[in-house]
Amino acid sequence: MSGVILRGFGWRHAGRKRWAVRSVDLRIESGERVLLLGPSGAGKSTLLAALAGLLPEDSGEQEGTVEIDGLDPRKGRERVGIVFQDPESQLVMARCGDDVAFGLENRGVPAEEIWPRVDDALRRVGFPYHRDRPTAALSGGEQQRLALAGALALRPGLLLLDEPTANLDPAGATLVRSAVAGALDADTTLILVEHRVAEALPLVDRVVVLEAGGGVRADGSPEAVFRDHGDALAADGVWVPGRTVPPRRATTAPGDLLLTADRLGLPPRLAPTDLAVRAGEALAVLGPNGAGKSTLALLLGGLLPPGGGTLTASAPLAGRDARTPPHRWRAPALAARIGSVFQDPEHQFVTGTVFDELALGPRRTGRPEPEVRAVVDDLLARLRLGALAGANPYTLSGGEARRLSVATALATAPRLLICDEPTFGQDRRTWLELVDLFADLRDAGHGIVTVTHDAEFVAALADRQLTLARPAPAPGTPDGDRP
Amino acid sequence: MDNGNRWRTIDIVVASVIAVAFGVIFWAWNLVWSATEPAFAFFPPAQALIYGIWLVPAVLGGLVIRKPGASLYCELVAAILSALLGSQWASITIVQGLLQGVGAELAFAAFRYRSFRLPTAVLAGALTGLSAAIFDFVYWNKAYDLGSYRLPYALLTIVSATIVAGVGGWALTRSLANTGVLDRFPAGRERAAI
Amino acid sequence: MISIEPVAAPGAPLARRNPVAKLAAALLFSFILVATLDPVAPAIAIAVELALLPLFGVRYRVLARRAWPLLVSAAGILVTLVLFAAERSGRVLLEAGPVVVTSGVLLTALGLVLRTFAVALPGVIVFATTDATDLADALIQNAKAPARFAIGALAAFRLVPLLGQEWQAISMARRARGVDAGRNPIAKLRLFVSTAFVLLVGAIRRGTRLAVAMDARGFDAGTPRTVARRQRFTTADALLVAGAVALAAAALTASILLGTYRPLLG
Ligand SMILES: Nc1ncnc2c1ncn2[C@@H]1O[C@H](COP(=O)(O)OP(=O)(O)OP(=O)(O)O)[C@@H](O)[C@H]1O
Ligand SMILES: Nc1ncnc2c1ncn2[C@@H]1O[C@H](COP(=O)(O)OP(=O)(O)OP(=O)(O)O)[C@@H](O)[C@H]1O
Ligand SMILES: [Mg+2]
Ligand SMILES: [Mg+2]
Repeated sequence: MSGVILRGFGWRHAGRKRWAVRSVDLRIESGERVLLLGPSGAGKSTLLAALAGLLPEDSGEQEGTVEIDGLDPRKGRERVGIVFQDPESQLVMARCGDDVAFGLENRGVPAEEIWPRVDDALRRVGFPYHRDRPTAALSGGEQQRLALAGALALRPGLLLLDEPTANLDPAGATLVRSAVAGALDADTTLILVEHRVAEALPLVDRVVVLEAGGGVRADGSPEAVFRDHGDALAADGVWVPGRTVPPRRATTAPGDLLLTADRLGLPPRLAPTDLAVRAGEALAVLGPNGAGKSTLALLLGGLLPPGGGTLTASAPLAGRDARTPPHRWRAPALAARIGSVFQDPEHQFVTGTVFDELALGPRRTGRPEPEVRAVVDDLLARLRLGALAGANPYTLSGGEARRLSVATALATAPRLLICDEPTFGQDRRTWLELVDLFADLRDAGHGIVTVTHDAEFVAALADRQLTLARPAPAPGTPDGDRP
Repeated sequence: MDNGNRWRTIDIVVASVIAVAFGVIFWAWNLVWSATEPAFAFFPPAQALIYGIWLVPAVLGGLVIRKPGASLYCELVAAILSALLGSQWASITIVQGLLQGVGAELAFAAFRYRSFRLPTAVLAGALTGLSAAIFDFVYWNKAYDLGSYRLPYALLTIVSATIVAGVGGWALTRSLANTGVLDRFPAGRERAAI
Repeated sequence: MISIEPVAAPGAPLARRNPVAKLAAALLFSFILVATLDPVAPAIAIAVELALLPLFGVRYRVLARRAWPLLVSAAGILVTLVLFAAERSGRVLLEAGPVVVTSGVLLTALGLVLRTFAVALPGVIVFATTDATDLADALIQNAKAPARFAIGALAAFRLVPLLGQEWQAISMARRARGVDAGRNPIAKLRLFVSTAFVLLVGAIRRGTRLAVAMDARGFDAGTPRTVARRQRFTTADALLVAGAVALAAAALTASILLGTYRPLLG
């Protein structure tokens, strides 16, 4: 029901020299379904925040105007529903039903209408649990669905979704997309940000591509945009559908055995798992949400003590430490041998600037300062973070943060690299660079384990796959309280 | 600042978060306090030296939020949370939290919520310590000897509050501002000016 | 470990009472008892509290687990009083250098220890049986607390269980990057303090984002809020408060009649 008009819109975050987004002229009629594309850092999330009226005047500088039905978005918030890139930070209440009701209470919806609307919204997104389920007990995918229900219950005229399926397993992603499709009324305007274009196309009838330096690069129906600009967009980092990537398989046979897991587990998070990692080999770990992939990654990374089974490092990886399990190694020794990339990049940051973040590992493992500088500069250039060297890691865009977290693990040049979802939220250009980077490392004799839902990444890089199943719930524990 | 005294959502939530973080610390601190009580028994007034931790949110809240009521709110919510988590002193904690918050609040009010520098913080620490000491003097320590226990205990409480809560709270605010998390607060914006 | 979930059987007759009524009852009960330093009134109060416990659906074992630090406090009170009592009346029971234990000192200690228990237990019981959301709802609806503040605090309470996970995540992140303390206790302390600081920074950052998320859903938009969960303050709730006052007053009266009453002030 809501139309959007942007005139020369721009926003610069406080403390940044560059504009996050600039010179955007755009008109979206009510009822349109728009896919918003653009390379990582082009300002997509910033633009959505502006439309939701969530860029406070004291947090940056604005240029031009935004209007929703002729109103400043900061005044017209009741027309807009938004689901952020990170669902965890937008749940407000302790129980799921209360969380959906929260927005309705704020809007002054009469008490007797609230619960029917809550139930309706939960049903429309296919939420599997009762209203009383604690929000803390939800997996990432379920949180995403709940956040969507919270936005839909408000019956917004304009629905803004920022990568609503990043981090979901393929089945979960399909479910959320069908929930969105089923939940939209004919007159709801939708603006969707999603890097994986092919999956998002059934939901939209228009594509808008933001230019990294400012302005709108392309705008029109999906067919027209990809027909006219396909090559240029692909070169710029947009996932143009129908373009395959050349695989980069190992050219030589795997080398030394690095790490062996024997019935390695951590009940109830991870069932006993057998696994061997060799040098010069890329192993992909797959499985549905909640199967214990991240837990396995932390165990292999020597960051969690195993709850069962054994993890043995070989002499080529650990030298004299080969007899002690990795979780007992001193941290500097660990960092020099096994690098870990966490699922949530923000969990990985420990310093105040991008530069220090990259320099920390090499410094701790005792490299001389000039060498540290060279390593850091090289990584900054390679992952296109050079302009952000002085920025605080927590102010990066989703994709930039992910690149930085991968780079920090690469900085100590560990023999074994363990990455949890290294490619989510990446534009095509960075994605290709990451594949190249990992492939080069592997060919230089490093071992690589990646936990991922990204089928294309597996197809392009993995030499071997391991699929985890969801651990069966312990007898006696109810598997959620379905209504 | 126009309508400067109205609390924005971010003021309320961040004040609550500060209180909650310290509520958890209190909960742990209560256990430490109980555990060290027999150990300090031979000169119990010395225990007052670690008292100041309980008073940090009052000063920190005032320095970060800079609105009337912030000290009181932070200290009170922290006390309520530690009661919810299962403090051994339960409802008394809440009353203490209220009184301690009032102490720091008076200091900021004395400067009409315009000064948030070290001297103000020190005064806030001292006053919150004073209100804590008065409560303990009357409530907890009534049966003890005046000269050898009640007075030294009260004085040490105030000293501890001045140093740990006053100076400590001020230093903590500065370190927080340096990380950039306070950018949407006046306390964080002063950083950019430096 | 850290949890703010209530631990009571939800259907218990007194646990179901309005949270504001429970809180008021506990506070009033405690404050009346504070007025005396003798052992009789708190002893009666403790007996009443323990007798009412099943009505709150709290098991004695659960109460013991929550209240054990009180025992340690009791030991502290005893030692302190032996060393620093204001008056040492009565028969001398033990004399060793500066330590003089008299029957008067022991009586005072008994009074203080019992008072500590009697005053703290109602609060422990109430908080063990009260859900934070219900408390916030009742504070808004029945005690006219400002809704913005009650809801803001409630939203922050949700972060409590997450802080533990966050602590673990920070420690792992540092280890992965080569930062640890080894066996050096000073380095350990420094690492502990800096982890706590990072946790605080993270919590504030989360709070900032949460505030944005709340604004996005119309919090503080100026529209009058409605309530989805009604909390009622019924006659039964009023009776609970009145009953608490009556019981505490009865305990106090008993101590006055028995002649053991010792006022806190004066
Ligand atoms: N709070 C902030 N403070 C400072 N700079 C910011 C902040 N948020 C984003 N930026 C910067 O603004 C630019 C645009 O960020 P934005 O999050 O809008 O990108 P995006 O298009 O959503 O990227 P991605 O696809 O990686 O999520 C980035 O360079 C980012 O570093
Ligand atoms: N710190 C923790 N404490 C307790 N349980 C946890 C913790 N972290 C995860 N779990 C639970 O353990 C199970 C496995 O979690 P894990 O994060 O390893 O799954 P995953 O396979 O990585 O899922 P996803 O694809 O969603 O990232 C889940 O059911 C999760 O809820
Ligand atoms: Mg983004
Ligand atoms: Mg995972």
